[in-house]
Amino acid sequence: MRLEFRNIHKTFGQVHANNDVSFVVEAGTIHGLLGENGAGKSTLVKMLTGFISRDSGEILFDDKPVLIRTPVDGIRQGVGMLHQDPLDFPALTVLENFRAMAGGRWYTAADLRKLAAEFNFDLDPEEQAGNLTVGERQQIELLRLLALGVRTLVLDEPTTGISAHQKDQLFAAMRTLAGQGKSVIFVSHKLEDVEEVCDYATVMRRGGVVGSLPVAKGDDTLAARLVDMMFGRELALPSKPLTTTPTPALVLEDVVLEDERLSIHVPKFIAPCGEVIGLAGLEGSGQRLFILACAGVQAPSRGQIHLRAVNLTHKPYAAYQDAGVCYVPADRMREGLVPGLTIQEHVALRDGSGEFFLNTTAMQQGAERAIAEYKIRGTPTSFVERLSGGNQQRTQLALMPPDLKLILMEHPTRGLDIDSTIWIWKLLIDRCAQGATIMFASSDLDEIVQYSDRVLVFSGGQVSEPISTQGLTADRLGEMIGGKF
Amino acid sequence: MKLNRSVQVTQLVSLLIAAVLIVLVILPTGQSPVTVIGTMIDGAFGSWDLVARALTTLAPVLLCAAGLAFTFSSGLYNLGVEGQVLAGAIATTALVRALFPDGGQAAVSPALIMALGIVAGMLGGLLWGLLAGLLHVYGRISEIFAGLGLNFVAQGLAIFLIFGPWKRAGVASMSGTALFDESVWLPVLGITELSPVALVLAGVALIVALIVLRNTYFGLRLRAVGHSLRSSFILGIPATQHLLSAFAICGAFAGLAGATQALAIFHRLIPGISSNLGYLGLLVAMLANYNPIWLLPIAAFFSVLNIGALKLPSELKVESSLAGVIQGLLVLAVLLSRGVSKRAK
Repeated sequence: MRLEFRNIHKTFGQVHANNDVSFVVEAGTIHGLLGENGAGKSTLVKMLTGFISRDSGEILFDDKPVLIRTPVDGIRQGVGMLHQDPLDFPALTVLENFRAMAGGRWYTAADLRKLAAEFNFDLDPEEQAGNLTVGERQQIELLRLLALGVRTLVLDEPTTGISAHQKDQLFAAMRTLAGQGKSVIFVSHKLEDVEEVCDYATVMRRGGVVGSLPVAKGDDTLAARLVDMMFGRELALPSKPLTTTPTPALVLEDVVLEDERLSIHVPKFIAPCGEVIGLAGLEGSGQRLFILACAGVQAPSRGQIHLRAVNLTHKPYAAYQDAGVCYVPADRMREGLVPGLTIQEHVALRDGSGEFFLNTTAMQQGAERAIAEYKIRGTPTSFVERLSGGNQQRTQLALMPPDLKLILMEHPTRGLDIDSTIWIWKLLIDRCAQGATIMFASSDLDEIVQYSDRVLVFSGGQVSEPISTQGLTADRLGEMIGGKF
Repeated sequence: MKLNRSVQVTQLVSLLIAAVLIVLVILPTGQSPVTVIGTMIDGAFGSWDLVARALTTLAPVLLCAAGLAFTFSSGLYNLGVEGQVLAGAIATTALVRALFPDGGQAAVSPALIMALGIVAGMLGGLLWGLLAGLLHVYGRISEIFAGLGLNFVAQGLAIFLIFGPWKRAGVASMSGTALFDESVWLPVLGITELSPVALVLAGVALIVALIVLRNTYFGLRLRAVGHSLRSSFILGIPATQHLLSAFAICGAFAGLAGATQALAIFHRLIPGISSNLGYLGLLVAMLANYNPIWLLPIAAFFSVLNIGALKLPSELKVESSLAGVIQGLLVLAVLLSRGVSKRAK
């Protein structure tokens, strides 16, 4: 089925999540949809599959405009989505899951085996879905969508968390489907996967389409071109004054970081006092694991962590805080601030540990100082969940204790305007001048190059050596983010 | 502003729905709703003795609700409160029996036995609450199931004691252990069962809950943990410690209720000594919704409702469990309106 997006718009509050999106997916092709988190890919495919409605614009199937109200409606019209976390019932068997969701007729185990065999999927109909790997659950979902007669298949980050063999099986299945004339949309931010399986790639950035290009096998410049499109061509110049001192602050030795998806090995890493280190890479490449480990929130599975000659290995989070570590999370409402409490209550949580009774005057004064100093739009008794994203970020920064030795941040200026960004970095660089070491992850490469002394690049389970931002080119950074160290 | 008004309208509408349902429930009894409600009001306020009876119910309910304000603030549904009341009563009975054996002599002065009995009840409830907390925090069991499970265990323990080690000479029956010696009965007003000590303890518990939750760092941290466990952790609040404290405090307050039930009202351990007071406290705390100021009026209203309804069978030949139905409808209406306004947001 040929698919066309025409001038699609979607806004969420003030965010223009899809801004005039137009492109074509030809029948019988695999089309990669690339972009950073927040670029608008998910919004677009959710509108295509009926999970959300569009504000304006047209979607055409085989040149006929369609209106898709719900996911069920989408499947009726021939478009279905394979979710990153497959939709299934863990307590039911593979066959029961298939029956419950494929509808239409009563499938037997033999039917299911036959369908699975077409794609060389090895599924046991009697196995409980809860015991399966993500890859196997995807296979059920894929078969289910095909049984429902889907002619356009959307896959949302399908290669995260599945084995290499399952990935090969999935790609083979995608090629088979394209060979049957179906169209496949492959949403991803993994360049190597797009290079391997896609015929075309469309890149989105900040809600709009940057461009589409054909994917030719063996094209060495492709990854760099795609990264250019994802992040923008010109990098800002480094603008941070030198605050680095020779004293080592954070020392990692032979550290291994692991979660369900990634395993990262850092043989040796030293960050001196006063240095800013930017963590670059596509989102989900391990920056968060690295930050959480350095913050003491999630212990590494192996290795030693020292801060200013204090051994923090295997110490609880409180020991890291006592040693002068401060972690400023990206998810302000779930991790950084407590929704339901006011600004002054947050100030009190930070300040008053020894006393029994709340000192309301001190709370209020502390909050007023923070509000004035960090220009927060709110009052001491404003609930933090009522503040705008930018003001929540200012509140988080205002809550950082004085005299920190290591500051770990995720997206420190996301959601802030340019003036606020400059001003916040001035404050942070002041902290560095006083001897703090800062490490921050950001999806804004300009921010990384502008404010870091050195950069660590994360890509698919690997970490680069630290690279000085002096003389770092966009091309080089793009190649590294694409996995070519 | 607009939102606030819509919340108020939702609340009003849901209370109206509750009122209509209550009338519909009363109508089949053949009595007019006005008569029924009038009888109930008369049943609660008709004489000083009746007021005293309402206050007798109010004290333990308030104790439980004040304790539950701590667990609710830290985001926990402590369904184990009923068992914590019972654990308190068991501990009190154990202490009284130890210091004043059945048919024996008091080891220390009766006043001291009563005081120690109250402390024992508090400790018994505290430990039972802490047990639920440990199961929840370290055993990763939902606090609802941990609490419910422990309620059954406490019930089983009480029955075992009544029929086993603590059975009355010659007979063992559901009517409980032997009566305490009259010298260790908590004093009551006149011929009522109203113990001023229980009422004072309840008042103190309420004030402690109010002050601690609103005006102390500990209360603030409890609320922070209740609103967001993850954020509190990142901000450096020792969440485990606070969750366990909330369980312990709630257990202690519930245990106090159990102690006063044993010392002032039943003067022995009976299987149904908590007679659902814990659950009633849970309803009160749920309706007060993080705002301890509301605990007293709601608890008072429920006590009046329950006591007033006792007059229905004799006056109108209407079953007194009607009070429970009215109570349930009101709770549902309030929770419904809260849910609707949350969805609207």
